[in-house]
Amino acid sequence: MRLGLVIDLDVCVGCHACAIACKEWNASGTIGPLSDYQPYGAEPSGVWFNRIRHYEMDEYPNNKTVNFPMSCMHCEDADCVTVCPTGASYKRAEDGIVLIDQDKCMGCNYCSWACPYGARELDRSSGTMKKCTLCVDRIYDENLPVEERQPSCVLTCPAHARMFGDFDDPDSAVSRVVRERGGYPLMPELNYNPTNTYLPIRRKPVIGVETKPKGGLKESIKQFANRLVRR
Amino acid sequence: MHPAFSVIFFTVASGAGFGLISLLFIADSFKLGGGFSREELTIGGLIALGLIVFGLLSSTFHLANPKNAWRAVTRFRTSWLSREGVFAIAFMPLALVYLASIWFDAPLWLRETVGFLTAVLAWITVFSTGMIYACLKTIRQWNTPLVPANYLALGYASGSLLLLLGAVRAGLDTTPYIAMSALIISIAAVLKAIYYFWIRSPGLTPTINTATGLTRAKVKLLDTGHTHGTFLTQEFGFKLARQKAGLLKVVVFALGFGLPGVMLVWVFEQQGGLAAAAVAAMAGIAGAAVERWLFFAEARHVVNLYHGAQRC
Repeated sequence: MRLGLVIDLDVCVGCHACAIACKEWNASGTIGPLSDYQPYGAEPSGVWFNRIRHYEMDEYPNNKTVNFPMSCMHCEDADCVTVCPTGASYKRAEDGIVLIDQDKCMGCNYCSWACPYGARELDRSSGTMKKCTLCVDRIYDENLPVEERQPSCVLTCPAHARMFGDFDDPDSAVSRVVRERGGYPLMPELNYNPTNTYLPIRRKPVIGVETKPKGGLKESIKQFANRLVRR
Repeated sequence: MHPAFSVIFFTVASGAGFGLISLLFIADSFKLGGGFSREELTIGGLIALGLIVFGLLSSTFHLANPKNAWRAVTRFRTSWLSREGVFAIAFMPLALVYLASIWFDAPLWLRETVGFLTAVLAWITVFSTGMIYACLKTIRQWNTPLVPANYLALGYASGSLLLLLGAVRAGLDTTPYIAMSALIISIAAVLKAIYYFWIRSPGLTPTINTATGLTRAKVKLLDTGHTHGTFLTQEFGFKLARQKAGLLKVVVFALGFGLPGVMLVWVFEQQGGLAAAAVAAMAGIAGAAVERWLFFAEARHVVNLYHGAQRC
């Protein structure tokens, strides 16, 4: 089994609901608590497993805002695991989930140096490294109804931009959608073989932008005057 | 990368210590310049061990959870950090046996064998320290064989200058020590120069386009999605102005290689000159410390691509 997420960039609206749900669930999860520093102070900061960044692609008038959620990619060739000197970082053979043993971590930051995706964050309160667990304590919880045995971020996403499943199964929903939509990994040139896959933005016809019609003499004078007068 | 003082102190001090004890073995084997006395060799060896131990202790200060530090030797098969720890620990008893065999006038074969193994383990340990950085694919400026080469060259350069200081103090013929220092410092300077030329454009690197997969058009960051700094910006966001880096490179060469070189000539001319040898050693170590700071400060982690950098 190779569990992971599919994130549809065409659908994500950048609402940060997945990040909040992740924080809420995992603050009391297997790797929690997740510390906040100065939550009401001048410089609020804290540990998050899932962060959403916003990019702009291309230039006006063809520009498009892309909302970009990122968490641990649960890489096949995870350097964060091999560089760890204490054996705290490990990748589960049975489902490919990368986890950190909080009782073994010495907080040397080395795994975060090895991770190109910024998936690992040091918790300054406990002195240990923390990261996305793919909600390992949810997805195997047999007390939950089957449809709720999914990571918190996937369950909460109001736009359904996230999917969770087994990439080793060619008939799973995630495998199918990746095939059909041309899903891709991030930074493939580093050869970490990330499991999480992103679905590209679909090409849409460019909406034409009409140039402003030229005004008469009066408009020209008005514009000239506007340029002269400092606002 | 954020330059952590404890790591800089650790790599500079233990590098100089490992360099010193390796070269001490050579000086002892070949009786360079007449050869050190039993007491002088032992004191030199203890100074080297002191540098190594203080360095290793200092490296634990950058750990956020040092109570688990003892576990750091358990992943020898995959982690260079673990390997470094194992080699450093294996080095210690050997070095102590070597110093004891000097002090108690052990048979020559024992002294030579243990001394050789000590020197080899010192070399391997410094190499492992370099590989901790060189094995990271995420930092292009570090992911090069030049990095362990530089760590070794600078460690041995600092060690050779400390050894020369000892030779002057002991009143030996300093010529072979000066020659050894001059050679190692030249090699270190050449390697450092190659490294500095190479990192000006370290070849193909990930870009914001490959990092986001948005390869059809120009991409720029609109918003990082957090209100203030995060662990990622604190650890990887350190930026150094190009001009300042250039100035510091001049300092590295002037302080680390130029000044010790001039002082070597002085020591040679006078066949002595304790002050000159001391200045050479201090300058060499200070230069290595500046070099190490720059090594961290100039490194750009690919995670910066997600925080707006166009290229790393």
